[in-house]
Amino acid sequence: MKIAVASGKGGTGKTTLAIALALSLEEEETFLLDCDVEEPNIHLFLPFKDCENKAISILCPLIATDACTGCGLCVEQCMYNAIVKIKQKAMVFTELCHGCGACALICPEKAITEIEHHIGNLSTSQGNFLNLVQGCLDIGNPLAIPVIKAVKKAAPSKTPWIILDCPPGTSCSMIHSISGADAIILVTEPTPFGYHDLKLAVNTLKSFSNAFFGVIINRCNSGDESIINYCNKENIPILLQIPESRKIAEAYAQGSSLLEVMPEYKVILKSLLYDLKQKAGQAI
Amino acid sequence: MIIAISASGKSMEGLFEKRFGRAPFFIIYHTEDKSFTSKDNQQNLNAVQGAGIQSAQNILDEGVQALITGHCGPKAWQILSNAEIKVYCAEASTVKDALEQFLQGKLKALENADVESHWL
Repeated sequence: MKIAVASGKGGTGKTTLAIALALSLEEEETFLLDCDVEEPNIHLFLPFKDCENKAISILCPLIATDACTGCGLCVEQCMYNAIVKIKQKAMVFTELCHGCGACALICPEKAITEIEHHIGNLSTSQGNFLNLVQGCLDIGNPLAIPVIKAVKKAAPSKTPWIILDCPPGTSCSMIHSISGADAIILVTEPTPFGYHDLKLAVNTLKSFSNAFFGVIINRCNSGDESIINYCNKENIPILLQIPESRKIAEAYAQGSSLLEVMPEYKVILKSLLYDLKQKAGQAI
Repeated sequence: MIIAISASGKSMEGLFEKRFGRAPFFIIYHTEDKSFTSKDNQQNLNAVQGAGIQSAQNILDEGVQALITGHCGPKAWQILSNAEIKVYCAEASTVKDALEQFLQGKLKALENADVESHWL
């Protein structure tokens, strides 16, 4: 069962909630994946014990200039405009390469070899029940997707529970993170910002996903009724409302989990997960 | 000498285009016989990335020795300087204006990219 925790707006409580959901499962095998590879922060709340690190690379072309005849086929083929032909030789702009490999395939002279180009790191930590995976994109690198793919691949598909902490927004990173999820939770807050970005997120899900989705309203007593009215109008289930609480904010600031200060949420979140599983059409 | 001038349209009287990478056309001007042709560059208008690189490739293929445009970023510069194409930045309304400024020796060749990369 794959559950993606996403939002339009940042700072609504995705990570807090993803962690609390994972912890609520206690002695059930779970993978918690931090797909927010531009700013991963699950490690600030849960220690990565016996952390295993792995480099994430893509394959980029290296031109053997002796063998290159300057035919220009690789330049034509590259849809990322990463290759140019200059003085009858191909020249690569590695920072624009997406690693698709088309240039190496098309080169009639076999003048292109593919070499690994480092774009990020993958950290995994195996626990008795809870396993953590976090991806971290290299600073200045624009290719978040291959890192997100590596994070998602780190969890065996037969794992009973996979919880994905997704990046905010509605662009490629978010869409790749939610793709393949059985159910999606959109975390929001009752402010004009939360409302605006929730609508964007809902429209994104409607365009890119068939998964069951619902909304969790965080800091629910802090704003207005716009989210509730919107969800009712759109027939979007409100899965949970978490009130604004200084206790939760303090726990968050100290890097501890929601469940430590609000243990009563353990049962609530666990039943929410089982409820999602049922709604997503999976046998309990 | 063959000169490329970034342009919004296909004619000398058309608007001069300040952008190099996303210029819709280049006017390719031959000083010997004062003739010109236009080179379509519109495939780069909506390029996700690398528009400057492919625009440089485009004018390279025309065998030009000089480029008159508004600005030049670091990647295009890397290609143009490698190919020994001189880059001149102009402020002009029409392609003709820009060319005349060049022919009158009013433009100075760039010694480096004059704007930052859009990508990194």
